[in-house]
Amino acid sequence: MTGAWPLPAVAAISVLQVLGVVAGGPLLVGLMRKVRCRLEGRVGPPVHQPLLDLRKLARRERTRPDQASWIFSAAPVVLVATTLVIALVAPLLATDPAFGWSADLFALVYLLLVGSVALALGALDTGTAFGGMGASRAMTIGALSEPALLVAVLALSVPARSSNVPTIVARSLAHPAWLATPQRLLSLVAFLIVIVAESGRLPVDNPSTHLELTMVHEAMVLEYSGADLALVKLGESMRLVVLLALFADLFVPWGVATAPGVGHVAVAVVAIAAKVTALGIALAVFEVAVAKLRLFRVPELTAGAFVLAVLAVVSALVVP
Amino acid sequence: MTGALGHARPGRSSLASIVAPHDLATAAQALLSDGMRLALVSGHDDGGSLRATYLFTSGPPDTRVELHVPLDSSRPQVPTLAALSFPASRFEREMADLFGIEPVGHPQPRRLVLHQHWPAGWYPMRHGSGGPPEMVTDGGSFPFVPVEGPGVYEIPVGPVHAGLIEPGHFRFWVVGETILRMKARLWFVHKGIERLFEGKDIVAGLEIAERISGDTAVGHALAYCQAVEDACGIVVPGDAHILRAALLELERLHNHVADIGALCNDVGFGIANAWALSLRERLLQLNGEVTGHRLLRGGVVPGGARVDRLPRPAELAEVAHRFDELVELASSNALVMERFAGTAVLDDAHARDIGVVGVVARAAGVAFDGRLSHPFVDLGEHFSPARHTTGDVLARYLVRIDEVRSSLSVLADLATRAGDLDAVASREGTATNGVGSGVGICEGWRGVVVHRVEVGEARRLRRVKVVDPSFLNWPALSVALSDTIVPDFPLANKSFNLSYAGNDL
Repeated sequence: MTGAWPLPAVAAISVLQVLGVVAGGPLLVGLMRKVRCRLEGRVGPPVHQPLLDLRKLARRERTRPDQASWIFSAAPVVLVATTLVIALVAPLLATDPAFGWSADLFALVYLLLVGSVALALGALDTGTAFGGMGASRAMTIGALSEPALLVAVLALSVPARSSNVPTIVARSLAHPAWLATPQRLLSLVAFLIVIVAESGRLPVDNPSTHLELTMVHEAMVLEYSGADLALVKLGESMRLVVLLALFADLFVPWGVATAPGVGHVAVAVVAIAAKVTALGIALAVFEVAVAKLRLFRVPELTAGAFVLAVLAVVSALVVP
Repeated sequence: MTGALGHARPGRSSLASIVAPHDLATAAQALLSDGMRLALVSGHDDGGSLRATYLFTSGPPDTRVELHVPLDSSRPQVPTLAALSFPASRFEREMADLFGIEPVGHPQPRRLVLHQHWPAGWYPMRHGSGGPPEMVTDGGSFPFVPVEGPGVYEIPVGPVHAGLIEPGHFRFWVVGETILRMKARLWFVHKGIERLFEGKDIVAGLEIAERISGDTAVGHALAYCQAVEDACGIVVPGDAHILRAALLELERLHNHVADIGALCNDVGFGIANAWALSLRERLLQLNGEVTGHRLLRGGVVPGGARVDRLPRPAELAEVAHRFDELVELASSNALVMERFAGTAVLDDAHARDIGVVGVVARAAGVAFDGRLSHPFVDLGEHFSPARHTTGDVLARYLVRIDEVRSSLSVLADLATRAGDLDAVASREGTATNGVGSGVGICEGWRGVVVHRVEVGEARRLRRVKVVDPSFLNWPALSVALSDTIVPDFPLANKSFNLSYAGNDL
């Protein structure tokens, strides 16, 4: 698959992927809010409101707790940076992105984990009760959802005989029948639950609550302000786009460009945008219909995802 | 007991006695064991002498007994009733802070109302106490009982919160996520309302009463007017009682609907909140047409009640229909019901011991409703008191649903019975010089509201004592939280939905 792509094309695709994730993240969050509001019979803020919020926050004064160390300031940067790396190397538009050789599934999952852990450390670093509480809850949820993600992607790498995402996508496109196998479907459900848990959406966490004591993710970032908060919010929304885009890549890969050409890439851009938008809308509709789980029920949900993922692996190993 | 100076009203018996401090415990014990409830305790500065007044109520039949305890102003002391009644222990601490009347033998003789930065020995309700003095570092500290052990940590929350809510400081001691103990520190919005009343004309006092707690404008206005009318001997026309009862139910409606939506919102079920807020807006618009004020101010006045119109049957039917849809939406969601059920249980025994009232009491199986015990108008079979027994968030949610339905039915009936929409009696009254004391009791949406007033020369208010149901219910929240997890606290708190303004006064 390599060699056919000229360097300028690879560079252009990388730039497109990164820009798409950076701009698409806040827009997706705005769209999901809009869908929720409309379904609840409210008008809701415009779709581009999160972008305006980012601009506003970036201009605001940044205050940091006196007792916080460099970890607190570094955490938002780490979150955004790790997500940017995923946006760069993942095969979102083409099966051969720049540094595609590094887009190993395990590497991507751990890059996501680095972002989560950085935020949790930043929260602990503030020394406040809410930071510690949020970090403890986020890690409790993450302790089960991250392994579930890992095992779920393992199930996908078995038939492709590679854990390299571009390779998996390329081989899935070549063998569409794989997509309907039991292991794919089991791993799809596990992946979906992980997306909900990792991005702090209902029923695991309520991103729109103002009640400090119920917060998970929001409690971790309570002390951030100004540009720091803008980075956190940007990082979160990019993370959601990356998770949904990876999901689209792995389970509905059609549209990803397999050969060079402006036409192919244009189709890929439209396809990935449509897929992520559709997934975001579906997630928002689902959120309207559910309430938040009691905190102690959340591990049951993520443990369920883990069990499904294990079943997917077993099924992948047993059923050729 | 000496010197009974009771006065009678049809269907009501009132009795007042003067009791020496050393006889107080015996007298109170006798009344409490008769099934009476300690509704109010107030201190009084009669200019030169101090006095403590204890109001006991029961019903039906509507019975009110007052015990007046004259005190030595050089060394004002009352024997504590803390062993007989938990509410008494809290009233006594309030009285100690505001009047310097010491409850002898009190198990928790520390401050309640005044925060530690007020100097010791300053009693704001005494005559001549003047304006607020300089703050001090520690005029009487507020110790939080330390909770220790492996893995126990503290979470301080407030007094400034993230949402648009009133100020209160909550301190949690937690293991993992389970609450071991919660202490609420209130009185951040103590405004000295009772002193604001002093010297005001009875009509001017209404404006303060309506603003004690914004969501209970009718409840407080009604209790205040009833107390003033009782004191001055003003006889209210029958039509006014009907209008007042209707206003009380309208207030219950918009608050309960908002609470049901807020409960759903706190478990992340935003769509039910959106529906509830839309229905609440409809009700507020209706209130605006009924009284000219969306929160129903100005409807109840001393001597009667005055409305522009009453809700029409079609409007009530529309509200009932939309309310049914809202309940169907929320109650059919298994996740919502799962969050409500079994959360923050207040059992029947604790509810009775703490002396809770209103929605919280009726959800814990205590069948106490001021509309039954202290009725001022016959609601007939249209009124059916709500009662649930599980004492959890679900029970408090269900009580609110039952009460909304009952209120709609009562309102429809009252609207057909109302005659004169401007039913205000002459405010002359029968009491000599207008001097006297009176008590007003009504079942506001949150629970029973009690006002006791003393009116002096030229019908100026000498003393107004206000008891909002929140004052009695706040301690129950801490009790209900044992074994609840931290992230369920906002839901538990919302299901109680107590007023800070009404408590802090």
